[in-house]
Amino acid sequence: MSVGLLFDSTRCVACGACSTACKEQNKLPGPVDPEPTARTWTTVQTLEGQNVRRLCMHCLVPTCVSVCPVGALARTPEGPVVYDGGKCMGCRYCMMACPFGVPKYEWDKPVPVVGKCILCTSRVKEGRPTACAEACPYGATVFGTREQLAKEARKRIQESPSAYRDHIYGLGEAGGTGVLMIAAVPFEKLGLRTDVPKDPPAMRTWQVLANIPDFVAVWGCFLYGVHWITARREEVASGPGAGGHGPEGRSS
Amino acid sequence: MNGSTALPSRRLNWGFWTVVFSILVVAFLGVTVLRFSKGLGAVTHLNDTFPWGIWIGFDLLCGVGLAAGAFTLTAVVHLFNLKRFEPIVRPTILTGFLGYTFVILALLFDLGQPWRIWHAIIYWNPHSVMFEVAWCVMLYTTVLAIEFSPVVFERLGWHAPARLVHRMITPLVIAGVILSTLHQSSLGSLYLIVPSKLHPLWYSPLLPLFFYISAIGAGIGMVVLESYMSKRAFGRNLEMELLEPLARAMVVALFIYGLMRLQAINRNQCWGDIASFSYEGKMFLVEFVLGVVLPVAMLSFRRIRTSPSGLVTGSFLAVLGFVMNRLNVSITGMERGLGARYSPALMEYTVSLGLVAIGMAVFAFAVRYLNIFPEGQREGGS
Repeated sequence: MSVGLLFDSTRCVACGACSTACKEQNKLPGPVDPEPTARTWTTVQTLEGQNVRRLCMHCLVPTCVSVCPVGALARTPEGPVVYDGGKCMGCRYCMMACPFGVPKYEWDKPVPVVGKCILCTSRVKEGRPTACAEACPYGATVFGTREQLAKEARKRIQESPSAYRDHIYGLGEAGGTGVLMIAAVPFEKLGLRTDVPKDPPAMRTWQVLANIPDFVAVWGCFLYGVHWITARREEVASGPGAGGHGPEGRSS
Repeated sequence: MNGSTALPSRRLNWGFWTVVFSILVVAFLGVTVLRFSKGLGAVTHLNDTFPWGIWIGFDLLCGVGLAAGAFTLTAVVHLFNLKRFEPIVRPTILTGFLGYTFVILALLFDLGQPWRIWHAIIYWNPHSVMFEVAWCVMLYTTVLAIEFSPVVFERLGWHAPARLVHRMITPLVIAGVILSTLHQSSLGSLYLIVPSKLHPLWYSPLLPLFFYISAIGAGIGMVVLESYMSKRAFGRNLEMELLEPLARAMVVALFIYGLMRLQAINRNQCWGDIASFSYEGKMFLVEFVLGVVLPVAMLSFRRIRTSPSGLVTGSFLAVLGFVMNRLNVSITGMERGLGARYSPALMEYTVSLGLVAIGMAVFAFAVRYLNIFPEGQREGGS
């Protein structure tokens, strides 16, 4: 039973209360940036007259978690995808791999860390809604379990089909996300990627990585076999009594 | 061994190159100070939309790939037992070891917090390709160091450890080939995770195989180039009787690789991108025609392959094509998907070039003081 957010673009008035609340909750310095950065984890943008929030989608099978070599990113059982700045060595593979382009970096710092929305994981653990959902005066950002939110999204679309596109963004994208979005216009117009694969990208690399133990065994046997055959052939060729490894060669 | 008089150099202007080298090293040190005091943003053109630049595209991807000659040649000599190639194994292992050291040093620049590079040892994530690459690079660099160590032991007159390494050589070489196969291909697997970002001219489920086979081709190309440069620098002969059959193997590897690439492009239906001369199409054409088609065509002719200049030119093109492929995968092919253009900052070039220069200097130093090339191969002193 994981939690998430539902963002309803048609109800958002771009007041920015969510961004400010996020800054306070997570003690992020500086003013709200126009685009998400390592110090602004969520922001509201206006595109084609529509308002849309930018934030981590909290995937069910997060790509960032799968690619992080040191396990600095993890998905908690409650749903938030969290980041441990104490483990991160700064390879930035998460930034490359994230299908939504979410993780941001502190490029101007000598000791940089990644910044991204962590779905107010401490509040969520206590059963409280995220700071942004609590701050939203118009019900544009709603907190709840993913099932509740999907139901709510479907209800809103069914009740006024002319006001919405019949697409809940996040239900299938990248294998499903904890944050769902509904809007009046196609999502690519809101600057969201609609080319993300339906299957979690993490599965594509795992298909390869899972074969490594078998591969090592087979390849190792093959290589040793080749060596055994060539060495034996040389032994036979050099006649009985010669033994060993035949003519001496320089070791390398 | 009296190195400085035994290895004369007639073709290379050492004075000029020393000046170039010194300037580069000073600039390199300056950038290093800036990098670690002001952060990555101060010295690179990297940003939130384009987080990986040439330090990954060139230093990591090409550094590892071009060092593939080491595992290829050790396998040829120690597993396939083709002992006649033994004379060029030592310089190849040395290049491999220096190549991997170069990669690790470059990573220390690229990682946001390089002093935590050892975290990969204690915090595991077997689902991460990067984790696997980190372990393989770490282990294989160790294998290369051990494979090379007898040369140093010899110089020091320590015979017991040299004999010990000699006795372990078969398992060492097998471990080296397995580790290389894993991480050479895994550098391609790194990009399997970005199907929606990497341009279909380069994205394919077969990326790991492409990276592996092309690394073998380019690794052999590097062995030829290295012999050529050693000849120019130290007045040695080009071992044509060894390099020519290696070039044949390179042609086979590149030919298979080229066919597979074309098949992938057919599968992704990208002929339109090439025909329309889009930005990606043009970059692909340069990479593929110059770096695969041309060297395969050239070196298929015995006459060209057996002439030193033809062999060196063909190998150079293969290496160039390899470098362009890695840069296209990591930069050109990602630009549209990430929605940003990236061209490296001067200081990024400085770090990459500085590290290459330092690597070459260490190679020259090693050739002077260690027994890298067989004695009989020199053109004789003057």
